Amino acid sequence: MQPISLPDHPAKPVTGFHLDPKTLFLLGAATISMLAALYAALLYAPTERVQGAVQRIFYFHVPLAWTSYLAFFVVMVAGIGYLWKGTPFWDALGRASAEVGLLLTTMMLLTGSLWARPIWGTWWSWDARLTTTLLLWFIYVGYLMLRSSVDDERKAARYAAVIGIVGALDIPIIHQSVVWWRSLHPESVVLASGGPAMPQSMQLALLISLVAFTILYAVLVTLRLRIERLRQDIRLLRRRALERMA
Amino acid sequence: MTGPSSDLTGSVSTTEHPAVEVRALRVVLGEQPALRGVNLTVARGTRLALVGPNGAGKSTLLRVLAGLLRPESGEVAIHGHTLASDPWGLRRAVGLVGHHAMLHPDLTARENLMVYARLYGLDRAAERVEDGLRAVAVADRATSRVATLSRGMLQRLTLARALLHDPAVLLLDEAETGLDGRARDLLAATLEDASSRRTVVLTSHDLSYVHEVADEVAFMRAGRIVERVRTADLDAAALRQRYADALARRPVAATAPSATHVAAGR
Amino acid sequence: MPHAQGRTPFLVTVRALVWRDLLAEYRSREVLGGGTVFALLTLVVFNFAIDLRLENAAEVAPGILWIGFAFAGMLSFGRSFANERERGTLDGLLLAPIDRGAIYLARAITNTILMGVVELVSLPVFVALYNVRAAWGELLLTTALGTIGFTGAGTLVAAIAANTRAREIMLPLLLLPLTVPVLIASVKATAEALGARAAEPLPWLQLLAGFDVIVVAASFLVFEYILDE
Repeated sequence: MQPISLPDHPAKPVTGFHLDPKTLFLLGAATISMLAALYAALLYAPTERVQGAVQRIFYFHVPLAWTSYLAFFVVMVAGIGYLWKGTPFWDALGRASAEVGLLLTTMMLLTGSLWARPIWGTWWSWDARLTTTLLLWFIYVGYLMLRSSVDDERKAARYAAVIGIVGALDIPIIHQSVVWWRSLHPESVVLASGGPAMPQSMQLALLISLVAFTILYAVLVTLRLRIERLRQDIRLLRRRALERMA
Repeated sequence: MTGPSSDLTGSVSTTEHPAVEVRALRVVLGEQPALRGVNLTVARGTRLALVGPNGAGKSTLLRVLAGLLRPESGEVAIHGHTLASDPWGLRRAVGLVGHHAMLHPDLTARENLMVYARLYGLDRAAERVEDGLRAVAVADRATSRVATLSRGMLQRLTLARALLHDPAVLLLDEAETGLDGRARDLLAATLEDASSRRTVVLTSHDLSYVHEVADEVAFMRAGRIVERVRTADLDAAALRQRYADALARRPVAATAPSATHVAAGR
Repeated sequence: MPHAQGRTPFLVTVRALVWRDLLAEYRSREVLGGGTVFALLTLVVFNFAIDLRLENAAEVAPGILWIGFAFAGMLSFGRSFANERERGTLDGLLLAPIDRGAIYLARAITNTILMGVVELVSLPVFVALYNVRAAWGELLLTTALGTIGFTGAGTLVAAIAANTRAREIMLPLLLLPLTVPVLIASVKATAEALGARAAEPLPWLQLLAGFDVIVVAASFLVFEYILDE
């Protein structure tokens, strides 16, 4: 009896939920760095004079913004990779990064809103960064909905790759056009903290937070990618089995 | 007696490419495997019929030959042209009559053919279109909108479209169903036209029709070619019997099936 | 046996397809009729939704105009590819030895021309209904450039959306975020054409032209990946 095997690795038994060393390491790294970031943001960093304690959201909001855009950049790279190489790995990477990216973008928008309310008295401001990120959010949603509404998996992967590439290239254009649009309504103050002369301790806290969120992004994508690869393997196995039956 | 998935080679000169050459073709549509390793060689001038139950993969195979479908793996060559090496040559070498007429209902018969003549970059386009219309006896309705044509006329016009660029290989996907008498005669005449040495691959459910028009018949089942025969060797009844036998035979699988029954989606 | 060799020349293909599509549209008048009525309807209905006073009409009205054009446009792009699939004529095109990019370009050109007709009818009505003064040269140029950009992207996205389950939702969902730059620039440039003068005017028309080039070039390059079976 010959088992049906996958092209790139021999049949491996899957024995339910297990924490292999690699996963443990990833989770550990994410946990530790996030704890460090929490400490840095909430305790270590000095309180800002003008905005008060609320300003500490900055240490989450900015890294979230950074990772939102990083995630979509990875979606674009995955799209290029898929169109070029055609291997399912790239497709899985695109999907994984998009899902995590959507989560991070949502959090960025929420933290932005929470920050805006006490400072400006409004839940939303149409400032360039928030607006562009809101549009990015919609592009993420469109990307993921596109994948679920196409039946053929290869077609879905190709369409998603195209939209990922086109969307990512469009983001800077969108940003610039929103900036120009906003230049006619210069009422909003840039959501920064103390301007260019940020004290060392704040810079350090921000840096720690940036690193932590980047690690978090990488860990989440790795885990999600793993799940997606398993799903792809199952599909492939099923197909192979069907082919064997006459 | 030919074994499963073997091919018959006609008297083809070694320097000339056969009309159709297919090797280890695998095609997956959605989740389902549609073609599971098809090998096929068709000599020039042959009229080959593909016969099999619904879902056997006949239409899929035709679409791959026409260059409309990219296979998962395997090679396809039409007169030596492949999609990878010379897609334009491949497309010029085939003409397809499929399930759709591929004609715009709001344009007239003549206008529809003119569009295709231009898309194929044919010289003397207007003349060819007129010849085409005359050949399928639709010339008197040349200025009628396609939506107003009867089913038989539509099918004849579709045939004209497929032959407009004079392809070396004609692919007919159940083209004889729903035809009026005139169209059937026309189709038969086209198939008879041996002088042009056009190769024909057609699919059908109708074994008597197949016996009439084809030189060779390949039985397809579940994405594979299981047997291939010459119509000259059998009469219509014998052909029917062979087909029934081929369908009833247990499949010769590449390896023994696994004991853990994986449910097949049917 | 072959009467022609290799790939059919690009321009020949584009011309043939544009001729086919315009001819078909002329016969059925599906897009023109529906699109025009829809655009006009939008202009009228928005009048109830938004309170326009004389002073700010030139600022606010352009937004309404472009919403009308955007929705009428999306309606018409959506239909064209759906029809191709239903009739199987797309297969007919794919069988032919033609450039895949030519299919995109021809379709984009056709859509732009048809949208142009809808807009030519809508603009006078718009100017009258909303009581604005127009510098017609600038207004027409703006409309043309904006339409090229929106339609260029719309043709690509419509081709994708046509193969999805919820076509009517996917098209706007994908297209609108992507075309925000074109819409912003079109609205601003239209406002200028209607006499609204901003404190620091930006060269919106030039920006729009720039967007158009990027949009059409990108869509053209990427289109073949959508068609490949």
